[in-house]
Amino acid sequence: MNLKIKAKILDAEGIKRTLLRIAHEILEKNQGVKDLVIIGIRTRGAYLAERIARNMEAIEGKKVPVGAMDITLYRDDLSEVASQPIVHSTEIDFDISGKKIILVDDVLYTGRTIRCALDGLIDHGRPANIQLAVLVDRGHRELPIRPDFVGKNIPTAQNETVEVKLTESDDREEVDVLA
Amino acid sequence: MKKVDERKWTRKHLLGIEELSAGEIELILDQSERFQEVLARSIPKVPTLRGRTVVNLFCEPSTRTRASFELAAKRLGADTLNISSSSSSFLKGETLKDTARNLEAMKIDAIVMRHPCSGAPYFLSQFVKVSVINAGDGAHEHPTQALLDVLTIRQRLGKIKGVKVSIIGDISHSRVARSGIWALKKLGADVTVCGPKTMMPAAIEKMGVRVTYDIKEAVKGADVLNVLRIQLEREENMLFPGIREYAQRFGITRQLLEKYAGDKTIIMHPGPINRGVELSQDVADGKNSVILEQAKNGVAVRMAVLYLLSSIKR
Repeated sequence: MNLKIKAKILDAEGIKRTLLRIAHEILEKNQGVKDLVIIGIRTRGAYLAERIARNMEAIEGKKVPVGAMDITLYRDDLSEVASQPIVHSTEIDFDISGKKIILVDDVLYTGRTIRCALDGLIDHGRPANIQLAVLVDRGHRELPIRPDFVGKNIPTAQNETVEVKLTESDDREEVDVLA
Repeated sequence: MKKVDERKWTRKHLLGIEELSAGEIELILDQSERFQEVLARSIPKVPTLRGRTVVNLFCEPSTRTRASFELAAKRLGADTLNISSSSSSFLKGETLKDTARNLEAMKIDAIVMRHPCSGAPYFLSQFVKVSVINAGDGAHEHPTQALLDVLTIRQRLGKIKGVKVSIIGDISHSRVARSGIWALKKLGADVTVCGPKTMMPAAIEKMGVRVTYDIKEAVKGADVLNVLRIQLEREENMLFPGIREYAQRFGITRQLLEKYAGDKTIIMHPGPINRGVELSQDVADGKNSVILEQAKNGVAVRMAVLYLLSSIKR
């Protein structure tokens, strides 16, 4: 399956501005950082969570606890893969009960990954609420899941894919649609 | 820039350490640490193996290994079934092959087996379609024990390469020693084996280990002492004159450690301990002992093994 870049949606500056706006929106909706924690879904969601937390700290002057979650063990499609995917670490070093969780992922598609993350979070405690922030929403939801904060809405076809590249794990910063 | 981890587990069965590469062993250890995190939660459970069934087929007594495998499967959300030969139709003369085939017909996903015959898990793997995990076969191998031992060492000392490990006891009858030696050598440890001459297999140096019959030599300079259980039920084979003599010549005592071992030397034992024989009471319960940690790590290791083997197409 050789996919080629059909359209470049965001470059490094675009990603930077989008994450800044998302940070502002989160602060506006939650009226500050009280009881707020940010948890990113591994791997790129976790990097984005860190960046958003840094933005929020720069704006409000207060630190927000950041965690990272690996959802591999909660997937519903493990019997369909050829060999088990590697489980990465989950690091949530704070109690989430009573907290407002901002769950962060790079691309929202069918919503199944988010469903996994919700199951995983509930196993860790009883949060006050869970809000979803995504860099890209590409449509085609298969579950009743909706984001609270969106970087960019990109309508895509089923045979296309959205690729997010971040310098923490890739050699460049950009968001592309591949077909 | 962090590299993506692209390691893959491709084996359908876990029959021994001998055939594993260092990379495969490290993969299991790394994944075990992920499961340690799950076990530390207030709800130590994940839904990963929901709907799967793991059968514990134990044809020899076991406390630790069996409990550990059962808990590991349950913590992964799987259903478990325990069959012990002493209370099953094995007593009516049913063969291992028939037993396994009948269980397989009831739609199970993995068999964890402990058996007194070396090679029994390999034999089983030849005619069942499910994954087979060796929980100890005769004097041959006990792979998950070696893996949890190595994980314990790695977490306590930060590494395996160059670590000096002395394995003490009835080496010739010990599957724990055999699997342990394979794992330690593949990961670059420095291994010494020590025990009575009657209990030392011929040509064991060919596994790359140093042999000594002097407990003081084994303890001197060791970072890890892995003390094996003396199998009292074998006493009738007259491999040593008596338990007291074994304890005097090879037992690990506080005095021995104080005289020859370092402060950081850790004491390991696969269990069950014969208190006062291979380990004195104060050493078994002392500050250098990591025996209970081993038991705890065993659950995480077995979760990692069940997880990694679970996807391999039936």
